[in-house]
Amino acid sequence: MTDAFSETPARPLVPEAGLPSSAAAPEVGIALPAQSQWRDVWRQFRSHKGAVTGLAFLLLITLFCAIGPWLWPVDPGDLDVRNKDVRPIYHVIWDAEAKTTWAHPLGSDQLGRDQLASLIAGGQVSLAVGWTAMLLALVIGTLVGVLAGYFRRLDGLLMRFTDLVLALPLLPLLLVMMLLFRDALRAAFGPETGIFILIVSAIGLTSWMHTARIVRGDVLALKEREFVLAAKSIGTPARRMIPRHILPNVMSPIMVSATLGLAAAIITESALSFLGLGFPSDFPTWGKLLFDSTDRMADFPERVIWPGLAISLTVLSVNYIGDGLRDALDPRIRGR
Amino acid sequence: MLTYTIRRLLLAIPTLLFIALVVFLLLDLAPGDPLADQPLTIPPEVREEMRRALGLDQPAYVRFGLWLYQFFVVEPKVLIDHIFGTSLAAGDARVISWQFKLPVMDVIVQRMPQTLWVVGSAYVIGVLIAVPIGIVSAVRQYSILDQIGTFISMVGFSVPTFFTGVLLIVIFSVQLGWFPSIYDTQLVVDDWHSFLMQLRQMAMPVFVLALFNAAQISRYMRASMLDNLTQDYVRTARAKGMDERVVVLRHVLRNSMIPVVTVVALGVPTVFGGAIITEQVFKVNGLGQLLITAIHANDLPMVQTLTFIFAVLIVLFNLIADVLYGMLDPRIRYD
Repeated sequence: MTDAFSETPARPLVPEAGLPSSAAAPEVGIALPAQSQWRDVWRQFRSHKGAVTGLAFLLLITLFCAIGPWLWPVDPGDLDVRNKDVRPIYHVIWDAEAKTTWAHPLGSDQLGRDQLASLIAGGQVSLAVGWTAMLLALVIGTLVGVLAGYFRRLDGLLMRFTDLVLALPLLPLLLVMMLLFRDALRAAFGPETGIFILIVSAIGLTSWMHTARIVRGDVLALKEREFVLAAKSIGTPARRMIPRHILPNVMSPIMVSATLGLAAAIITESALSFLGLGFPSDFPTWGKLLFDSTDRMADFPERVIWPGLAISLTVLSVNYIGDGLRDALDPRIRGR
Repeated sequence: MLTYTIRRLLLAIPTLLFIALVVFLLLDLAPGDPLADQPLTIPPEVREEMRRALGLDQPAYVRFGLWLYQFFVVEPKVLIDHIFGTSLAAGDARVISWQFKLPVMDVIVQRMPQTLWVVGSAYVIGVLIAVPIGIVSAVRQYSILDQIGTFISMVGFSVPTFFTGVLLIVIFSVQLGWFPSIYDTQLVVDDWHSFLMQLRQMAMPVFVLALFNAAQISRYMRASMLDNLTQDYVRTARAKGMDERVVVLRHVLRNSMIPVVTVVALGVPTVFGGAIITEQVFKVNGLGQLLITAIHANDLPMVQTLTFIFAVLIVLFNLIADVLYGMLDPRIRYD
């Protein structure tokens, strides 16, 4: 998890149009200075095959979870008692005797719940947890990083605190946190919302440190640049300087750590569910579906494989997007 | 270097004390009752008596102080007694697990070999696989080998261990029946047959963990080799007419190993943490599984001690990584 962070470009984006583009096509670089940067980034991103495939797959699976309930209007909690333990429909190909029905194309579990509907509902929860936890971690990390980098007085304090949190054994603490606050939040917000809030905040609070460190380093370097000095000398106060000049220039490391954070959050959520400390049992997430099926995986391997594939492919595509983004946002690589 | 090490060691003490306090306060907030699994027929006054026997009637700072005293004074004494046969700790109360009614450290020492065997060998194998893959990937950049290597490391890095583990069980123990799906900790290795048994039951958990570790480390190795291959000294070495093998294996490899060695050191404690899931999948009763059962059973002394040991490992290996970095790279000066 940690290695990818340190590979992120240590230097910020060039605020003007990228050097390589103007070198390659001088007349275009002069005519369209404002547009060319993001167009360059997109062109470089498109040339990374893995990243484009990853982006396509992520969009596809998000769409699948978002509009799935309309395409397949079956309630995942519905108990179809007559059709328990139905095998997936493709099973007929090698085993004509298998119990299959078009009513459950991916089969059903030991209580007769439809697996396709569970997969859709589980995907919605897993992706929602991943995105919100990642955004939370990003906001905290960026805040701490910018404050520590920009204000020298806060630097020592905030960075010592970051180092301290990094030294905590996070997975055990996550497990303990889940156990501690589960009942309190469940009582306050209801079983599903309560656990959602708990998981999101637990993951967010334990994964902001790398973003904070990277952002701080970049802000420290940016502060020495001429355009910041120029802005400062015309009297720009910090509250305008940070959103206008600092934040846009640290967007690239933030975006790269966003992709890594999304992948890590999805894995952490499913790991928690897998260890039995995630969402309640009748509430499907991909990790939960996988965990519930491990007891009978000898007879019904497909119930383990589908949610596992969903988690793995989503994380894989997000990681590829991160790789492509890192290359695309690095001005040293972009012109090649 | 020595002053730096000593300063870092001194600085580690308040850090660790703070972590111990955080863990203690978190656990102290726990709503769970450690007597919840006792029969309901126990009369309230006996229940009160049991709580007092566990020390739960004391205020939090007394219990924290007691735990610190037991962990840092009594347990080392027990260790010295054990090694030299003295009796320094005679009569001192040790940290007792509520779940097993045994000293926490004894249970941990019992569980340690399983974790060390499985996790330790997985880490060593992972590093041994990762280094050659990283070298080949970097030297033959964008070749077929590089593409395959990067793809496998990406997959190993993305697929969670609980899925690879379950998948291996489905394929190799359910379909093919080659390996047992459950790790038998009762197995005593005393002859060739039982040794083969041990190897077979270790194969799958070790493979899962080794793949995960190798994926991470080979990415580092590749990036570090690529950084070094474009350096001026490499061009000089080639210009002198040196053999490509010598250039890569002697000059580039040794310089590229510097950041990788620190990464390997930094990864050791996270392996203990990450192994919690793998141990759960293969039912290896090591430290990770001990932690999970202790959390479920509200065994607070056990959770406190184990979490603290993990924290000690993290702080210690952070220090080792920094010191190694300074020793291997003479350009790095901390003082």
